[in-house]
Amino acid sequence: MVPINYYIVLSAILFTIGALGVLVRRNALIIFMSIELMLNAANLAMVAFSSVLQSFSGQIFVFFVIAVAAAEVAVGLALIVEIFKSKRSIDVDQISSLKG
Amino acid sequence: MHAAETVSTGFLFLAPWLVFAPVIGLLTNIVLGAWFMKRPWGENAVGIVASSASGATFIISVLLTYSLSANHGELPPWYLAEWIHIGDLTLDWQFRVDSLSTTMMLFVSGVATLIHIYAIGYMREDVRFKNDVGRYPRFFVFFNLFLAMMMILVSADSYLMLFVGWEGVGLCSFLLIGFWYELDTLGRPSWANSNAGNKAFIVNRIGDFGFLIAGFIMFWAFGSFQFDVVFEAAQHVAPGVILAITLLMLVGVAGKSAQIPLYVWLPDAMAGPTPVSALIHAATMVTAGVYLIARSAELYTLVPEAQFIVALTGAATALFAATIAVGQYDIKKVLAYSTISQLGFMVAAVGMGAFVAGMFHLVTHAFFKALLFLSAGSVILGLERGHHHAEHSHHEGHKDHKGKHSPNVRAERRASEAKPGDEAFDPNDMRNMGGMRKTMPVTFWLYMIGTLALAGIVPFAGFWSKDEILLEASLHYPIVYWLLTIAAFFTAFYMGRQIWMVFFGEPRHEAAAHAEESKPIITVPLMVLAALSLLGGVLNLPFEGFHNLGHWLEYTFHEVESLPLDTGVAGISTGLALLAILASWFIYGRNPLRAGEVDPLKRQLGPAFVVAERKWFVDEIYHAIIVTPFVKVSQFLADVIDGRFWHDWFHETVIAGTYNWVSNIGLDRYADQRGIDALANGLGRLTQWFAGILRKVQNGFVRSYALSVLLGVVLIVGYLILK
Repeated sequence: MVPINYYIVLSAILFTIGALGVLVRRNALIIFMSIELMLNAANLAMVAFSSVLQSFSGQIFVFFVIAVAAAEVAVGLALIVEIFKSKRSIDVDQISSLKG
Repeated sequence: MHAAETVSTGFLFLAPWLVFAPVIGLLTNIVLGAWFMKRPWGENAVGIVASSASGATFIISVLLTYSLSANHGELPPWYLAEWIHIGDLTLDWQFRVDSLSTTMMLFVSGVATLIHIYAIGYMREDVRFKNDVGRYPRFFVFFNLFLAMMMILVSADSYLMLFVGWEGVGLCSFLLIGFWYELDTLGRPSWANSNAGNKAFIVNRIGDFGFLIAGFIMFWAFGSFQFDVVFEAAQHVAPGVILAITLLMLVGVAGKSAQIPLYVWLPDAMAGPTPVSALIHAATMVTAGVYLIARSAELYTLVPEAQFIVALTGAATALFAATIAVGQYDIKKVLAYSTISQLGFMVAAVGMGAFVAGMFHLVTHAFFKALLFLSAGSVILGLERGHHHAEHSHHEGHKDHKGKHSPNVRAERRASEAKPGDEAFDPNDMRNMGGMRKTMPVTFWLYMIGTLALAGIVPFAGFWSKDEILLEASLHYPIVYWLLTIAAFFTAFYMGRQIWMVFFGEPRHEAAAHAEESKPIITVPLMVLAALSLLGGVLNLPFEGFHNLGHWLEYTFHEVESLPLDTGVAGISTGLALLAILASWFIYGRNPLRAGEVDPLKRQLGPAFVVAERKWFVDEIYHAIIVTPFVKVSQFLADVIDGRFWHDWFHETVIAGTYNWVSNIGLDRYADQRGIDALANGLGRLTQWFAGILRKVQNGFVRSYALSVLLGVVLIVGYLILK
């Protein structure tokens, strides 16, 4: 059986890639995908712990996260579509009308 | 004495009604006067109310006198009300009924009643000549108020209560001198009458200042104002205190009784209607000073020095005023100076300690001087009637609305009289009279009786009273005797002059030629007064068994010397009086004055007569040494001290300047601009600066927001892990 450490490391790598993606990319879709990556990194960690600790709590949590992520995707994509309609671009640096 | 408690006090309970009766009269006329005046009988009603109030006072005085004599001159004070209870001072409103006060009450209320009746007739014509009939009730209200105040004065049981009456009669005098306050004595629009009233009031204030200080010393030395307490305590203090009190009281007397140097108000007081001159400025109020000295007899007898000063003041006034009377042309002014002179006789008498003689002359003088004034009033009215008559025959063609008394007539009359060059007819001027014994025979004979009484011819009242004063003077102070004797000579002379000028010779003005005799309502009270002037001497004849007034006043003064007739003194004074009348006949009667002629005495004496005519220039001197400096000082205070110093400099420069400087520089520039403004602006700028820093965080890049979220999360998680 694969030790828990591998899962945690993988999860950490995935989360870091996701977080970096959010921070450095300008394309809204990419940022969105990075967020999904971070969510799933967390999901992976929780499923791994759930299997190690023999507890279902982690898995139930993951289901919730997947469900919420699905809803989030629906809202987020709709927003992106609307932003694109008004700005003809989905470059997040262009969306800076709240600049102080 | 123990029997006194059982003896009934008789009519003493009526004492307060001496004051209440005239007060009821005046309240009635205040409330109903205007209503009365709308009726045809209105003036009679007003006059009858006032006269009955006065008559009631006289009846009460008679009843009080009766009760007093039934009780052998001893009646306790009648307590009416609590007045002043402060600390140790207990002063109640009490009426003192003794032989001195009843003597005053009797003649004051008696003469007042006669003059009230006379005034019904006199004022009826006066208000018509001056075209303001509506003012009729006011006169009687003032008259009754005067009587009430005079009754308070004479029935007072303490100096303070006496002072209330003293001020009250002064007020009435002021009100009545200025009765026609918007006119002058000739009825022209002017402030002359009102100024005369002010003069009387202000000069009397100077006298009252002396009286007040005397009262303060009295309170300081004796702790009481009550007559009996003061007299008792006065026996045990240093004579210097009594001297101060008596001399300061003399200042008050000089004011009220018109003595040197404060007599100057009385001649001007003749601006009042003639009944006022008769009642207030001849018969009653002006005798208040004499009464005050007689009332304070027990103080004055303690200090002979004060007595001498009082006697000398009186004698000097008697002579001084008599010389002025010689040079006057106004019929009332002659009588006014005569009044001052006669008051001088009374003051001299009470000053010498001859209280009975003084009171005797006071009473007889009230009779004959009231008679003379009222007769003079009758002459004046007769002359005004004659003037109207003459005017009417002149303007026969356009006698438009004369006799009606609409306000327009008044205004028109004033407008016409204000015209320059229009010389108003003066009905008081003796140069406009002459020959009036034919046109006004009744008044002429009444005036003759008054004149003979005043001149001191046997057997008229004035002879007996004046002679008693001269006799006392010859025994006490020779200098006073000689001053008074010379004054008596002048008295007879100026009265003779007046008689020849007014009633003899030919009329010098058509008004005198057309003068008409007065109605009975005016002449009948005069006849009563004439009878009193003729027979008044009976009060106190200098024969054994006839010293009635002397014995009566003995109850109050305790020691009264009753002198027999001294033929020497009486002979000299009568001889001088007859000589003076003869001299006046030589000058004025033998060759009567003709219209426009200069006074014959002026032709003969020249400057000496001018001095008398101009009243020894006393008014001018007073004007120069008191009024002018006073006005100058007032102007200096107003212009320089108040205007320039206080207002311009202190107020405008110092206070307003300092205020402006403090508010502009101190408060506005420093405190407000640099303090409060700076604080508020600083806070604003601080907020702006802080916001300027914070706004940089809001850069609009989602990435940087996300980074801060991440960092935040890292921080919180790190904290949670490392905790």
